Amino acid sequence: MIETAQEKEGEGRIGLRMEGISKRFGPVQALQDVNLTVHEGTVHALVGENGAGKSTLMKILAGVYGADRGRIEIDGKVRSFTGPEKAIEAGVSMIYQDPDLAEHLTVAENVFLGNEPRGALPFMIDNNVMVNNTAELAENFHFDIEPGAVVAELSTGDCQVAEILKALARKASIIVMDEPTSSLSESEVERLFEIVRRLRSNGISVIYISHRLEEIVGLADEVTVLRDGQVVHSEPMSKLDIATIVRHMVGRELTEFFPARDVRIGETRVKIEGLNSGAKIRDVSFEVGAGEIVGMAGLVGAGRTEVARAIFGIDKKATGKVSLDGKAVTIKSPGEGIANGIAFLTEDRKRTGLCLNLACSWNITLAGLDLIGMSRTISPAKENGIAEKLGRQLAIKWAGADAPAESLSGGNQQKLVIARWLLTESRFMIFDEPTRGIDVGAKKEVYGLLNKLAKEGKAILFISSELGELLGVTDRILVMRRGKLVGNLKTSETSQEEIMHLAAVEEANE
Amino acid sequence: MSKFVRQLLPFGSLVLIICILSAFRPDTFLTMDNFLNVLRRSSVYGIIAIGMTFVIISAGIDLSVGSMLALCGMAGAAVMEAMGGANPQGASLVYGTIAGIGVGVVCGFLNGVLITKLRLQPFIVTLGAMSFYRGIALVMRDGQPINIADYKYLGEGSILAVPVSIIIFAVITAAAIFILRYMKLGRYTYAIGSNREAAFHAGVNVDLNLICIYMFIGVLVGIASMIQVSRTVSAQPTAGLGTELDVIAAVVIGGASLAGGQGTIVGTIIGTLLISFLRNGCTLLGISTNAQLIVIGLIIVIAVSVDQLARSKGKELQSTGS
Ligand SMILES: Nc1ncnc2c1ncn2[C@@H]1O[C@H](COP(=O)(O)OP(=O)(O)OP(=O)(O)O)[C@@H](O)[C@H]1O
Ligand SMILES: [Mg+2]
Repeated sequence: MIETAQEKEGEGRIGLRMEGISKRFGPVQALQDVNLTVHEGTVHALVGENGAGKSTLMKILAGVYGADRGRIEIDGKVRSFTGPEKAIEAGVSMIYQDPDLAEHLTVAENVFLGNEPRGALPFMIDNNVMVNNTAELAENFHFDIEPGAVVAELSTGDCQVAEILKALARKASIIVMDEPTSSLSESEVERLFEIVRRLRSNGISVIYISHRLEEIVGLADEVTVLRDGQVVHSEPMSKLDIATIVRHMVGRELTEFFPARDVRIGETRVKIEGLNSGAKIRDVSFEVGAGEIVGMAGLVGAGRTEVARAIFGIDKKATGKVSLDGKAVTIKSPGEGIANGIAFLTEDRKRTGLCLNLACSWNITLAGLDLIGMSRTISPAKENGIAEKLGRQLAIKWAGADAPAESLSGGNQQKLVIARWLLTESRFMIFDEPTRGIDVGAKKEVYGLLNKLAKEGKAILFISSELGELLGVTDRILVMRRGKLVGNLKTSETSQEEIMHLAAVEEANE
Repeated sequence: MSKFVRQLLPFGSLVLIICILSAFRPDTFLTMDNFLNVLRRSSVYGIIAIGMTFVIISAGIDLSVGSMLALCGMAGAAVMEAMGGANPQGASLVYGTIAGIGVGVVCGFLNGVLITKLRLQPFIVTLGAMSFYRGIALVMRDGQPINIADYKYLGEGSILAVPVSIIIFAVITAAAIFILRYMKLGRYTYAIGSNREAAFHAGVNVDLNLICIYMFIGVLVGIASMIQVSRTVSAQPTAGLGTELDVIAAVVIGGASLAGGQGTIVGTIIGTLLISFLRNGCTLLGISTNAQLIVIGLIIVIAVSVDQLARSKGKELQSTGS
């Protein structure tokens, strides 16, 4: 696959050329004189730290923002976009991380939204044509999707496929994917790669943004690295490796990715017995000691998040016994959870994490106003100070603690939620996919942070789909499958294979 | 700071209207009496609008405030009559006032409980409540008003030459600003309106806070209602018809978004005054009350669309902080 792509690249026609692009948001120079050249029918990876300007560059390409300076050439023609429609016309389509489809419509209706085939009468839509065309399009690219399915009932992966179909129906020649895999399950990720390769062999250029560098190695033909709004490197993938990319991204060598675990595990802090919740979670029991980091592995949908929700009092009908430091507690709401010293960082920062239009500082203190002595009156100056301090500690990139959360880049938004739970000083902290969407440097910081929290004697439950980080950071790993706990392994004595086997392989036999 | 820019437009229009009227009708407009009159009339709407600001920031709406206004007044007046006979005085007036406000609290509580515990949409609940409360107000005396001849203090009284109703308005404004900026209830109001799920997951007791917010607007409607009764020395079961729309308009002109998470008390006060001065100006300029409706309708749409335009242009620049 890669060889053929490189052959193409040698003779490759230039599909997209962005030149001298600059963009400023108030005091933040998001992009400075950026050049990007993408050859036709290649996969071009765009990488860089959080806030480096990747999303901004792509939003300029997609006509969402206007550039302050610079020009865009597509197929040799200079284009200036005044809106997303113009960009789509020119063949640029963007697939966002959270698919933006009309939920109540079918796949076919979404694919032809705004572009419906005319029916027999004016203002009528020919549904058959629409469904058939969608099916044909899917067929051509070997996509496996039901044109008549309603979007609300699709998985995230299927939604992305629908979005890609939509782009293809609009004759896209350049498809941009901004962190498409961050909320996909393992098998969906594989399918997406397959689709990307198929797009490439059909002459479509794919610009691919991701913080999972392993993905890029197997997928990309060329890589462009952005740092602080400038291109610092651009080269074919064949001449690069992960370490080099990382060095370009962070501007220095990044060593010892995972912190050394030298913590002594104390007494049992958390004891969960016979937890049942919803239709799925059955009889889950485990313990976490003071200073211990316990990982939780499992496929997407295995019920890991549900366990956390049940413990934190979100699913009120959950039954089972939760004891903290030897005392049984009843927790019927997140408020009670926090009061009992539990923190729960949710996996979906947009839906359950942030109040996007509110100030960063407000988002940081939301769960901890009582704990910082502001249960009666809030002192904005003091609050700001606390937020600024946490911001420095986590190296959050923002225009200031009073900037709205939505003005931060994706990874920095994630740090905002982490800051919120650091503030609560809880004794039991549950982190659900805390490294989603954050860059390598920041990941390392988060691992270090987990380690530090453990050293302070906190009990930590770390849910993740990336086995690598679970193996690197935890003391013990719990494996979930279909709502049941099927493994409780010492990290030092287990392997990726064993965990995968417990989590997935046996399922196939069932 | 971007909030400040957003309020510049309604504030500018307010200043402009005052200037125009001062130029054209200096003798009638630019008098202390006229100003106090406008303010006194604003106080009823303004007090309710303050409550509505909380409700709208929380991404809710309360359509029942007009009916509640009538019901509180009728209930308060009925208590005065029951305690003080044909011409109630003194203590019975005080008890009646408390009862009227109390009815507002109960109405708000009911709205809040229905919205949170039954998970119904605020629009639907308060639409039903609008009809329900109005019905009770009308049934109470078979559609007849209750006259309380000596209930004058709230409407006519003054302290050091400042009308009592204006003082109440000012105190409530100050309190509301404080709650919204410096208290958890205010902070949580924004958080719930911005992202209810996120607020819930961060430990905010969403139901309790929403019930408080609807009770808060209930109290304010009760107070506004008693001022209204006192101004006209009678409780009318048809009082406050359409008030909900005027009040929502004031809040929206003041920069709040019906999508929630956005809005300020200062903006609402400006919006309220804008509408009041517009009404007053139209009257002074001899524009009929019917034609005033057209002017106000236009102003609402213009104000909000300019605001939207400015917002979408400034969207990229939101974090400029300048
Ligand atoms: N609408 C906006 N208003 C103000 N500043 C913004 C806005 N959008 C982005 N920025 C700023 O521009 C910079 C680049 O952001 P961008 O979202 O492009 O980063 P990114 O490379 O996509 O990062 P991530 O990997 O975290 O998603 C950041 O400093 C961000 O705070
Ligand atoms: Mg991004």
